[in-house]
Amino acid sequence: MLDIKNLAVSLEEEEKQILKGVDLKIGAGEVHAIMGPNGSGKSTLSYVLSGKDGYEVTGGSAELEGEDILEMEPEERAAAGLFLAFQYPVEIPGVGNMTFLRTAVNAQRKARGEDELSAGDFLKVVRAKAKDLKIDADMLKRPVNVGFSGGEKKRNEILQMAMLEPKMCILDETDSGLDVDAMKLVSHGVNALRDEGRSFLVITHYQRLLDHIKPDVVHIMADGKIIKTGGPELALEVENNGYADLLAEVA
Amino acid sequence: MSADAAQTENRLDALATLATGWSAEARANALARLREMGLPTKRDEYWKYTDPTTLASEAVTEAALYTEQDTPLFDDIDRLKIVFVDGVFDAAASDDLSLEHVEIMRLSEAAAADIHWAKPLYGVLEANGQTPVARPLAALNTAMAEDGILIRVTGKASKPVSLIYKHLATTSEAILHHVVKLDEGAELTLTESGPAAARFNKVLEVDVADGAAFHHVRGQGRDHERRAVTHTFARLGKESVFKSFTMTANGVLTRNECVIELNGDDAHATVAGAAVGDGVFHHDDTVFITHDALNCESRQVFKKVLRNGAVGVFQGKILVKEGAQKTDGYQISQSLLLDEDSQFLAKPELEIYADDVACSHGSTSGAIDEEALFYLQSRGVPKDQAQDLLVLAFLGEALDEVEDETLSDSLRAQLENWLSKRSHG
Ligand SMILES: Nc1ncnc2c1ncn2[C@@H]1O[C@H](COP(=O)(O)OP(=O)(O)O)[C@@H](O)[C@H]1O
Ligand SMILES: [Mg+2]
Repeated sequence: MLDIKNLAVSLEEEEKQILKGVDLKIGAGEVHAIMGPNGSGKSTLSYVLSGKDGYEVTGGSAELEGEDILEMEPEERAAAGLFLAFQYPVEIPGVGNMTFLRTAVNAQRKARGEDELSAGDFLKVVRAKAKDLKIDADMLKRPVNVGFSGGEKKRNEILQMAMLEPKMCILDETDSGLDVDAMKLVSHGVNALRDEGRSFLVITHYQRLLDHIKPDVVHIMADGKIIKTGGPELALEVENNGYADLLAEVA
Repeated sequence: MSADAAQTENRLDALATLATGWSAEARANALARLREMGLPTKRDEYWKYTDPTTLASEAVTEAALYTEQDTPLFDDIDRLKIVFVDGVFDAAASDDLSLEHVEIMRLSEAAAADIHWAKPLYGVLEANGQTPVARPLAALNTAMAEDGILIRVTGKASKPVSLIYKHLATTSEAILHHVVKLDEGAELTLTESGPAAARFNKVLEVDVADGAAFHHVRGQGRDHERRAVTHTFARLGKESVFKSFTMTANGVLTRNECVIELNGDDAHATVAGAAVGDGVFHHDDTVFITHDALNCESRQVFKKVLRNGAVGVFQGKILVKEGAQKTDGYQISQSLLLDEDSQFLAKPELEIYADDVACSHGSTSGAIDEEALFYLQSRGVPKDQAQDLLVLAFLGEALDEVEDETLSDSLRAQLENWLSKRSHG
């Protein structure tokens, strides 16, 4: 599904290398987790994959189902099936959440040569999916993420994911700022989307999210590189011992 | 004779004078005022950000006709239509000028009479508005107006009166002067739309009596080369409401002045505008609101989206006179600059002589929110469309000032249409 080879990334504005050769291969239907200390480059990886400005790819490649995505516009990557649940979802005053969702769904359908969803059909689908995530009618009406609590923003990300049905979902610290109940809702939302043809990359600090969303593979990232890859037990090791031992191992 | 004075004389000579009937005195007075003030020049403080040369010049600068077939604004709304083509009344295209509780007459037809209800208003509100700041092009209009509409409202009008201005000649000039008088408790919505002429000079005088409500919604369309200078003068009685909204898209040069006097207690005035300018576009909103009564509220909400070198100007003043206690004055002017070639110039002013008032003003200039743009794109929305969505959201706060939802929907739809055309060439 996603094949990243020796990806090196610097900031455009200043000469600072952030990703220093990342290798990551995620098969269809797999769930991978990336853990790592703050500042190790996890969010940067997710931004570069989704096409945010401000980063310069200085080496390596990233392919989604065999297609080079690094040259594509962000919207083309989205239409190709990539989705990023933001660590910090953006507030958009003046744009209603519902308008936002419908515009996004229809833009992707159009890009893929499919018919736009009728207003009625769209509404039916949104309502059902929103209900599962305990997103009420008011949250759908309000401007995108404006005045939403941390947990509401994250649930709204998962709603977008559920509506867009991407193939490759990247979740950047979707668990941060969530209480136990919200975490369950979000995990449930994610698990409901698990499918043979859909892969996940879950970025997190904490093992606890991985109790709900069970990963097949766990990677540890530090200083712009994947320093260790293992099974779910690696997450437990981090939970118990922190990153110090792992960092010492590679030093 | 100074160059200014010579120019004034030339300008006056160039226009036919209408010197008979009830408006003759007002016209003569306006002419005298104008001679004294002279035409505006770019050296005038009040014209610091906008060059009035082509608005005041003798000759009209040619304006190529706009040929794109946009759906006319407010097309689907039930309204009484009054059409002017290059400033000339078009009877065939206009509706019958009759509406319950509303008396409508053309200025040129009414002018021959010796007495008329409009006499105490025509050129009078304009003259009041000449201090403390001179507005010579409005005096010129009073003196020279060829036509206009006189509307007297005695009750609740059942549908909007709609002035539609068409531009079909490349060097036309339209000078129109409208007077609206709302009796106690009366209500009227007046819409205006269209470019009017190569050069348009329009004055609208509105007298809103106690408890009356006047809604004004205006669209100045995409006609690229037209020029316009418009003045709205309003006087508000006790517990009356005045709301004016203008949407402008393109046009080489537009100066919209709005002069409002809140004369009765508990009155409310809103002046708002949304403008989108692309390329050779200069748009100036100049507002002067005087609070001269207790417990009145005024709002100014102006938003401009500028790109490819477009220029936006806002000069807005709130004057609170002595004794106008409990005044609530709000003013905001914001621009969204889509590139570095565009420019927004703002001069917000407060002058307050009462001690128990709440006035606020703010002016900002900003670029498009890149984070929001990326967020939208990452969800699959193409960049152009994402930008349009953010532009509409930005202008939405001004559009929200339009109370009538049918009208604001019509404006919104038109705006979306214009934006989509802009971004795809
Ligand atoms: N746009 C940016 N400008 C400056 N520094 C940045 C920018 N993006 C990332 N960084 C820096 O790159 C490093 C990695 O950041 P990030 O990817 O957010 O890490 P993580 O998500 O693992 O906490 C940090 O040192 C951070 O300060
Ligand atoms: Mg991060």
